[in-house]
Amino acid sequence: MNISKNYKNIFLAMFLSFLLSACATQTAKKIDSQIQGDVYTGTDTVEYLADGVPDRVFFATNESVLTTASRETLRKQATWLRKNPEVTVVLEGHADERGTREYNLALGERRANAAKDYLMTYGISSSRISVISYGKERPVDSGSNPLAWSKNRRSVTVKAN
Amino acid sequence: MKPRFEDWALIKAQALITGKVNFQDEKLRVEFRLWDVLAGKEMLALAFTTVPKNWRRVGHIITDKVYERLTGEKGYFDTRIIYVSEKGPKTQRVKRLAIMDQDGFNTKYLTLGNELVLTPRFSPTNQMVTYLSYFKNLPRVYLLDIETGIQEVVGDFAGMTFAPRFSPNGKKIIMSFAMDGNSDIYTMDLENRIVERITNHPSIDTSPSYSPDGKYIAFNSDRSGYQQIYVMKSDGTKVRRISFGKGLYGTPVWSPRGDLIAFTKLHKGKFYIGVMRTDGKGERLLTENFYQEAPSWSPNGRVLIFYRETKTDSKGEGFSAKLWSIDLTGYNERLVDTETDASDPSWSSLLGN
Repeated sequence: MNISKNYKNIFLAMFLSFLLSACATQTAKKIDSQIQGDVYTGTDTVEYLADGVPDRVFFATNESVLTTASRETLRKQATWLRKNPEVTVVLEGHADERGTREYNLALGERRANAAKDYLMTYGISSSRISVISYGKERPVDSGSNPLAWSKNRRSVTVKAN
Repeated sequence: MKPRFEDWALIKAQALITGKVNFQDEKLRVEFRLWDVLAGKEMLALAFTTVPKNWRRVGHIITDKVYERLTGEKGYFDTRIIYVSEKGPKTQRVKRLAIMDQDGFNTKYLTLGNELVLTPRFSPTNQMVTYLSYFKNLPRVYLLDIETGIQEVVGDFAGMTFAPRFSPNGKKIIMSFAMDGNSDIYTMDLENRIVERITNHPSIDTSPSYSPDGKYIAFNSDRSGYQQIYVMKSDGTKVRRISFGKGLYGTPVWSPRGDLIAFTKLHKGKFYIGVMRTDGKGERLLTENFYQEAPSWSPNGRVLIFYRETKTDSKGEGFSAKLWSIDLTGYNERLVDTETDASDPSWSSLLGN
């Protein structure tokens, strides 16, 4: 009895993972490759601190983990900050609108600090970096769809002086 | 004189109010009687004298008296709502603190909109309000006396403080403090200014709300991986997760009656306002929508007020935020009229009757 139940579960799991991967491919096609996983990879809203130095990094829903692309962006920012030692920056952490206001304030703070920690490991002094969270209060895209939300889940490095 | 009860019994009225208003020496005198139609007896008779401009307030006080006599519980009509008034495009919302009577009249704006303000909450004991302000771009919890307009920062924290609420006796503020990517819960005693740390965990701990006896705190934490509701003793010990349904749970608010915790739930792209018992059992969802959150209890624990936002269209337009109320049965949902768009409502105690 136990054995047959196990087989049933394995079969169910295989079937479900097949379904999930089918869904994932379809969504990816729809949002014309500007989102990977659910992290924004486009350049629509991105501004530049200097030539080739993007000002922002993007996050997955409810996450504050830096993606490979985010780490690359932050390394460019660190190089630029080392070349311009007089510059101080504010890291502004943001969340999308699909979460409660207070939790999103904390999440924005956590995202900005993930970016700050990475800049610090690349030699930027914490005294040059301050952090502020806006939670979901300052979206860049006012849309109510997954692409807009992915642009809004971000940490933006802003020159402070 | 007695009403003709037979006429009222015919339309199945159980109670009847009769009243009289006189205007004498610049004063309004309002008398009313509440009758039991079936027994043909007077249940309550009172009279009030007031300045004419208070006529709506007298109406609310009478309504509370009637509600109390008929249900055996205090009413919620002579109360006010503090909330955030919103204007402008979604990407640059201008937000101001506003206060109004519970029925949407007598709106007054308490801030000018120069800085972002969020999550005002009434003290349960007096006319103080605590809220989050981005004054000088430093998000901090403030205390505001709405009678005098005097305000001050709560505590001296080297980072963002947010999610404030009063303790049931009004003597403490409980809130989150975010530092280095970690939010924990703290209290500050408003008399001796002593700050105490209540939680110490690498996860996000926020949205704290005291039980009405002050012995417990419900709060929101993602220590399990995602947002869930937890309850602990007010000294921070005995932390216990209480939300186990499918989805994410936030904004726990303890009922003033002590028996229920109201919450916001996010599941499969929908937002719900619901209630559960304080052990997490007996979850009931009252309303479902695209986006809604932040329930606040009427002082008698019978009605919740919250805010709801609409989806924008393909051009990113058509956004609105409005206040709604719903009773505990979930059947009586109403739009609460506000002059502007509105969010983050908080219900006052009964004002003084």
